[in-house]
Amino acid sequence: MDTEILARIQFAFTISFHYIYPPLSIGLGFILVIMEGLYLKTGNKLYETMTRFWIKIFALIFGIGVATGIIMEFEFGTNWATYSKYVGDIFGSALAAEGIFAFALESGFLGILLFGWNRVGPKVHFFSTIMVFLGSLFSAVWIVVANSWQQTPAGFHIVGEGLNARAEITDFWAMVFNPSSMDRLLHVWIGAILAGAFLVISVNAYYILKKKYLAIAVPAFKIALVVATVFSLAQLFAGSRSADGVAKNQPAKLATMEGHYDSSAAADMYLMGWVNNKTQTTTGIKIPGGLSFLIYNNFKTPVKGLNAFKTTDRPTQVNTVFQMYHLMIAIGVSLILLTLYACWQWKKGKLFDKRWLMIVLAWSVLLPQIGNQAGWFTAEMGRQPWVVYGLLRTSDALSKSVAANQVIFSLILFTLVYTTLFVLFIYLLNKKIKHGPVDDTVKELIEEGSKRDNPLLTH
Amino acid sequence: METFLGLEFNVWWFLVFGAVITGYAVLDGFDLGAGALHLFLKKETSRRIALNAIGPVWDGNEVWLVIGGGALFAGFPVAYAAIFSAFYVPFMIFMIGLIWRAVAIEFRSKEPGTTWRLVWDFIYSFACIVIALSLGLMLGNVALGLPLNEQHEFAGNWLSFFNPFSVMVAVTTLALFMLHGAIYLAMKTENRLYTKLSLLAKSFTVFFIVSFGITTLYTLLYIPHLSDKIRSNPEYFFLPLLMFLAIANIPRQLNKGKWRYAFISSSVTIATLLAMVALEVFPNLLLATNNVHNSITIANGASSVKTMKTLLLIAAIGTPLVGVYTFFVFWTFKGKVKLDETSY
Repeated sequence: MDTEILARIQFAFTISFHYIYPPLSIGLGFILVIMEGLYLKTGNKLYETMTRFWIKIFALIFGIGVATGIIMEFEFGTNWATYSKYVGDIFGSALAAEGIFAFALESGFLGILLFGWNRVGPKVHFFSTIMVFLGSLFSAVWIVVANSWQQTPAGFHIVGEGLNARAEITDFWAMVFNPSSMDRLLHVWIGAILAGAFLVISVNAYYILKKKYLAIAVPAFKIALVVATVFSLAQLFAGSRSADGVAKNQPAKLATMEGHYDSSAAADMYLMGWVNNKTQTTTGIKIPGGLSFLIYNNFKTPVKGLNAFKTTDRPTQVNTVFQMYHLMIAIGVSLILLTLYACWQWKKGKLFDKRWLMIVLAWSVLLPQIGNQAGWFTAEMGRQPWVVYGLLRTSDALSKSVAANQVIFSLILFTLVYTTLFVLFIYLLNKKIKHGPVDDTVKELIEEGSKRDNPLLTH
Repeated sequence: METFLGLEFNVWWFLVFGAVITGYAVLDGFDLGAGALHLFLKKETSRRIALNAIGPVWDGNEVWLVIGGGALFAGFPVAYAAIFSAFYVPFMIFMIGLIWRAVAIEFRSKEPGTTWRLVWDFIYSFACIVIALSLGLMLGNVALGLPLNEQHEFAGNWLSFFNPFSVMVAVTTLALFMLHGAIYLAMKTENRLYTKLSLLAKSFTVFFIVSFGITTLYTLLYIPHLSDKIRSNPEYFFLPLLMFLAIANIPRQLNKGKWRYAFISSSVTIATLLAMVALEVFPNLLLATNNVHNSITIANGASSVKTMKTLLLIAAIGTPLVGVYTFFVFWTFKGKVKLDETSY
């Protein structure tokens, strides 16, 4: 295999693994703000125990998110040196802003969130929780802005030629508010909140099924269900705005997403299907002219197809992008149906009687995760063969001084380390969930107290 | 090029980048040092106290590395591209080290079993040692310079990174971090653990002085380009002088029990060392050892003036904010470590 494909595999692998965690931090952060806010408002100890329990899970998730996140910032330099030189003026500023505005805020207040219970008052602690949540929201801002610039570059000009060409900022705010950044940011944020909400739903559905910790599990479940319902519906709006943006700004990607080849024909919308890139045909269950209708409000209007692009200027993995896109849509729709149905049962007072529903909800944590990954695969593979759309090809973006065997070395290393990490993560998460949201302050204080009474024993 | 307060924008950004890296070395330096000496602490409670001494702050400290990476990427993308693709192998090892350090701190306390904890203690300490050594190795090679082609890309073999000078810098870095970490831990502990750590700090002072002395001697004898500025400009002698005084001050303050002054001294040592490297390297970011014209300098490696201005504005807004909440967090957790139910 050549360096390019190895470097792409490595990037996809490290970013996909990383992306399990930050959305959970954002979503869980949001729910922690609600839980702790309720504790402050009502003074009910139950909400405190609930908050403390979820903070412990948050710590575990956040820890792995940070550990796997740092590599991402440097992987541009290690594997994509030409890209880094090309976009440094633009991409680098966004990353620098991310570090100083988002990560520093998040990591700074995390200490107080995790260890500050006995050091600061409840209001300061609540403030720290809000700051950690805001920090995680901001961190999504800058990286999504930077990525959106790769999709729809704006506010720049090209300086130099050939090997020395590079993009320079001409208008910072045009770069930040490039045509796709705000739509995509909204889409990413909502996806993240769904990831967190469904984790909380899932764990509490498990408790409800096992009839354990019901006093805490039931209210926590309801909080998360409300969040999940609101944001599943909101995602419909954000997602369609994102798709509109793709239709307008990245026609090749749109055509790939629906497997549409012929520019002179109206474009169909598929519910599911299969694309054969060799014969250039797409088969499946479809709404004829559906895509044309979505873009032009007319079932007959032709839509630019893949044939309008040179074969070197359009994605080769058409079927993969098609499948990823449709998987994401299917998940988005299921989340809406699932949450609306659960709310309806709740209104009828039968929510917790339906065992099958609780089983489905206990597994539902996987859905937004798969949806988020599928969405990103659509976005990134749909942009190929460009790393910066229309400007820089992925094949030109590599580090020329890095040989294939070096990438194989690091890829093996990451595979081993991340597999171990994932196994340990699941093991510890499972253990924490089994341990449950119990108030263990009392017990531990006694243990520590007895050690502290005898200073000679401690050192 | 346009200037601000008499200095060109890229010079300003060189200073900002240097300050961020110094901030990282001072802040994460004590975390890494504490980790590197972790196995010198034998009892479970001592190890827990040591972990909780850095517990609330290490994550925030590591962010300085992220800011530094962003600062280099944004301000000097050519150097960012060249350095990280050149140091591919050591950098990946450094990254894996950071991953294990983070998860070891997080995972260790999640199980009560002694074997579980012992395994994580080893992983944790080993990761910190690897991080410190690889950081030092890369610093040594950046100071020496690398062979670069006309596109400023690395044109050498990565095995050459293990040259005597860089290995010595790596060992010196480890020694300095261990010293710094021992002082930080002493600051956060009491009674017998405090005594043990101040004794350790004294041994590490000797370890540092010996390794630094050898490295300096080697530099003066064989690497003229890393000492010529200080030699030809006696006014710069205040830097090595300040460093020498700071080092000499450490055992004195520890004997008096003034760990806070000792910590300031070791921080000053780190800062002056990096300042000396920056001074000698300037205005290069990465010297091309094969052909001096291929070097990456703060002029040919820089982003546009517009980006520099934006970055300085971001830094001007962001730095005070980071300063305020970093101070707030350290202040919240000031004083000796007390274990409670939220501890590791």
